[in-house]
Amino acid sequence: MNKWLNPRSAFGIALITIALLGLPFVAAMGGQAWVRILDFAILYVFLALGLNIVVGFAGLLDLGYIAFYAVGAYTWALLASPHFGLHLPIWAILPIGAGLACIAGVLLGSPTLKLRGDYLAIVTLGFGEIVRIFMNNLNAPINITNGPQGITLIDPVTIGGLKFSGNTQLFGLTLSGPMKYYYLLVALAILVIIINLRLQHSRIGRAWQAIREDEIAAKAVGINTRNIKLLAFAMGASFGGIAGGVFAAMQGFVSPESFSLMESIMILAMVVLGGMGHIPGVILGAVLLSILPEVLRYGVGPAQMALFGKMLVDPESLRMLVFGLALVLVMRFKPAGLWPSPERKRELSEAAK
Amino acid sequence: MRTKLSVVALSVVAAFALSACGQKEEPKPVATPATPIGKPEVVVKLGHVAPMTGPQAHLGKDNENGARLAIEELNAKGMEIGGAKVKFELLAEDDAADPKQGAIVAQKLVDAKVNGVIGHLNSGTTIPASKLYADAGIPQISGSATNPKYTQQGFATAFRVMANDVQQGKVLGEFAVKQGIKTVAIVDDRTAYGQGLADEFKKAAEASGLKVVATEYTNDKATDFKAILTKIKSTKAELVFFGGMDAQGGPMAKQMKELGIKAKFLGGDGVCTPEFMKLGGEASEGNFCSLPGMPLEKLAKGPEFRDKFTKKFNAEIQLYAPYVYDAVMVMADSMKRADSVEPAKFLPAIGQTRYDGVTALIEFDSVGDLKGGAISIYQYKSGKLEYVETLGGSAVDSAKAEVKEAVAEVKEAAQAVAGAATAVGKEVAAEAKDVAKSAAEAGKDAVKAGAEAVKNAAEATKAAVEKK
Amino acid sequence: MDIFLQQIVNGLVQGSIYALVALGYTMVYGIMGLINFAHGEVVMIGTLVTITVAGSLIKAGMPVALAGLAGLSASVLVCMALGWGLERIAYRPLRNAPRLTPLITAIGMSIVLQNLAMMIWGRNYLTFPALLPKINFEVAGAHFTFIQVVIVLVSAATMGGLLALIYRTKLGMAMRATAQNPAVASLMGVNINRVIAAAFVIGSALGALAGVMVGTYYEIAHYQMGFMLGLKAFTAAVLGGIGNLAGAMLGGLLLGLIEALGAGYIGDLTGGFLGSHYQDIFAFIVLIVVLMFKPSGLFGEKTGDRA
Repeated sequence: MNKWLNPRSAFGIALITIALLGLPFVAAMGGQAWVRILDFAILYVFLALGLNIVVGFAGLLDLGYIAFYAVGAYTWALLASPHFGLHLPIWAILPIGAGLACIAGVLLGSPTLKLRGDYLAIVTLGFGEIVRIFMNNLNAPINITNGPQGITLIDPVTIGGLKFSGNTQLFGLTLSGPMKYYYLLVALAILVIIINLRLQHSRIGRAWQAIREDEIAAKAVGINTRNIKLLAFAMGASFGGIAGGVFAAMQGFVSPESFSLMESIMILAMVVLGGMGHIPGVILGAVLLSILPEVLRYGVGPAQMALFGKMLVDPESLRMLVFGLALVLVMRFKPAGLWPSPERKRELSEAAK
Repeated sequence: MRTKLSVVALSVVAAFALSACGQKEEPKPVATPATPIGKPEVVVKLGHVAPMTGPQAHLGKDNENGARLAIEELNAKGMEIGGAKVKFELLAEDDAADPKQGAIVAQKLVDAKVNGVIGHLNSGTTIPASKLYADAGIPQISGSATNPKYTQQGFATAFRVMANDVQQGKVLGEFAVKQGIKTVAIVDDRTAYGQGLADEFKKAAEASGLKVVATEYTNDKATDFKAILTKIKSTKAELVFFGGMDAQGGPMAKQMKELGIKAKFLGGDGVCTPEFMKLGGEASEGNFCSLPGMPLEKLAKGPEFRDKFTKKFNAEIQLYAPYVYDAVMVMADSMKRADSVEPAKFLPAIGQTRYDGVTALIEFDSVGDLKGGAISIYQYKSGKLEYVETLGGSAVDSAKAEVKEAVAEVKEAAQAVAGAATAVGKEVAAEAKDVAKSAAEAGKDAVKAGAEAVKNAAEATKAAVEKK
Repeated sequence: MDIFLQQIVNGLVQGSIYALVALGYTMVYGIMGLINFAHGEVVMIGTLVTITVAGSLIKAGMPVALAGLAGLSASVLVCMALGWGLERIAYRPLRNAPRLTPLITAIGMSIVLQNLAMMIWGRNYLTFPALLPKINFEVAGAHFTFIQVVIVLVSAATMGGLLALIYRTKLGMAMRATAQNPAVASLMGVNINRVIAAAFVIGSALGALAGVMVGTYYEIAHYQMGFMLGLKAFTAAVLGGIGNLAGAMLGGLLLGLIEALGAGYIGDLTGGFLGSHYQDIFAFIVLIVVLMFKPSGLFGEKTGDRA
């Protein structure tokens, strides 16, 4: 740990801190919309790190991760909106959301423990769809989720009288709603990064790695593979639940269409594209994939206008096309991800020989 | 770890640069041309949001054209508000019909400090965005979001100039009863639109004595409906109501025929399109659907609007353009009446609108919904949508409202008279009881006359309603 | 009873479509152990190419049967080329990469193909030309059409053909060898690159055939139609035991029947609590239950550790 106190590292940390603190103000110069995009980028960082525990550390292919996010979002929506007339504080809801998501994770994990690889992928995918379809239909016979109409007027995050929606004056600075969420999200993201880092080199982390590399061998050396796998699902799911809660509060509106299979796939793509199991890589993947479409949105249309003087191809389709191509090309030339962990890289280069 | 940290720092710096670039890419507000000397000029920015990309792009473009037409006319007319010449400007944005992007775009408009927002097109994006506008106190008028929830949230800033799904569902239910249908099966596509409409239809149908024999569901990506249709077949329903879009409705009508189901097919505005007939083929023939509002041909200013629109954009009106046009006009009209372009000042004026637009005589109720929105029924006939009739609607409703007002006025008058009479009576009680008596009697007479007038008015209304 | 019979017919036809698409998945998986996530998109391209070719030929006055055949062959050729290209661009370079990598490229290709199709064919739903005569049959109260009969027969024949290919031909033997152990197969003189490419090309040709069948049946097509269909077919393949041709066929039929009977009867059985709005998840629930007891699907062989 003492290398953190080393002056160069300290300088790096200070630089990062200043950069993270100042970033929303820079983004705000381009409009609050950019701060909102930043918020989503960090939310995805959070989600990708959660999924990284399941996919990257334990090697369990999960295509239904969005279900836990949905559970968290709906927990917040139901406990802090006029829908049931409940308005619980954040200290109550986030843990409940994380807990419920955790239970969902164990529920998903336990019947699928025996499954491997692609079988696991399709079952988790099915699980994600099951959750979404239930959310979409639980408005009858008893109205729980309000079905496809979604839940509106969800309370924003409020911490000790500080409301996260609207502007606040603080030390002569005007903090907008999205900016406050940005700081909350950064704080949460740092927390999950620390947990991830600590886990990676703990007994549990090594047990996950053992299972990832060879499950039978792991069992042979006395690892309780069942519990350790369940723990991976449960932990990943809890992070998803927390992210969902913040998402619901930030949007003020949830509906099942936000939790489609495509979202699960997108988060998985972030993890794999960045570098599975390697925390900085996963962060990079999440930031890139969540900002890239937005940059393309602002860039593709004007670029065409500038080059050809008119819209040749409509920006939306070109945007997704470029996005898809980027996925293929990155994987083609950097199969272990953009920023893989050193060990992984070594293994791969050995395998290639 | 050391090197890594600096890389992280570098990437954060890169992110900085990126967001700085983002700032550059932001569309710059068009510089206002130099004003002619004399009058000051204010620029009024109106935001417009609709999907410009995605499967509903054609409808989004149509909406935007409606708004552009209105803005050009307003500028050509040269309005003056608060002593200054007003120039309207449209900030058109794309939400791709996606709630998440809708919120981002709404934030963009709030940042740009627009004076008002026209849109969004879809209920799914309008509802979450409306919160952002409400928080910023920016008035919003949608020309096409029909989900009742939009105005039920209690935002003072939310208005719409189109009948909502409650009104549409009700009219469809009444129409089904009028067709002599007794039993009905309901299918919805589990989207916010489809489920909302189907629910309202169900309520109305049950209220008017129809029996709902089956409620089945599909989704907005399905192509095969045989399983649920077979089940519906077993219930022998006389009508299948579908809450959903044309892409599912068309094949559904076709598959009903293949399964030998004789029931009629009925749907709302989502299937009231040429696309439905293309996909449903001959199975669509003779069935009915509804569209909010009235056909342009039936409206006093409709044909004129169509001419203007087609001449300007060289394109046919798709669906909602006239409504969006009216929405802009209502916004401008409210500014004029309030004599201010400040949202806080002209917002109350929107609620008091009484504007004779292209699509209807526009008045809002207490939540911001169009008063008495009209719904028209159409029939698919040899590949064309044929107008059948208009149900509900402002003509009848405003007559009713007028009668109510008259009744209230008469009551007030009578009370005043009676009050005056008793007061007078008390004052001169000792000296002139007779005078008081006659005065009181006069009061009574006035009340009687008032009551008769009310009765007549009520009868007239009844007759008018029955005629309709 | 006629209603029950009708639901069985509905389920069998839907199931045959799933099976036809599932065969394409299983064909590739059986040899490479790789989920070709873009297979649904190949089916979509197959349908859309047929619309363009057959539609314009019919417009030009060609007899429907001939135009249909031309459309079918054009779409088979286009899809074969597409399958070959997919393998070459997105999968071959990644044969030694981590298992998840080709999955992501497949998803990427699937996005690319969808958006390309959208640019070429537009966003609107397209109507598929009527290629087969519309003849309605009614047996014991159940209605079915000539097209439905054709679909069931075509998918049965396809499976038979594939089985013959795998077990009766030299190429099939090479495929089986590659599936068992690519390294050893190549030592035995099997050109595994060619074998794998062949698997992709054949799988894609099946996709085109499935696309034409789907188009003829529903008479509607759209650039997003492949995704859901692919997902269901993939579920069917896993249900039957992925990599097993007969398993894919049976998995598909089973899935179709579950959906039809589930939508038709579950509402009455549960007193209206579960209804047709849960149609899409019956399949997944059955899948989860089956996999809990048979982790490799109904007919799958035990797979090694491949996570």
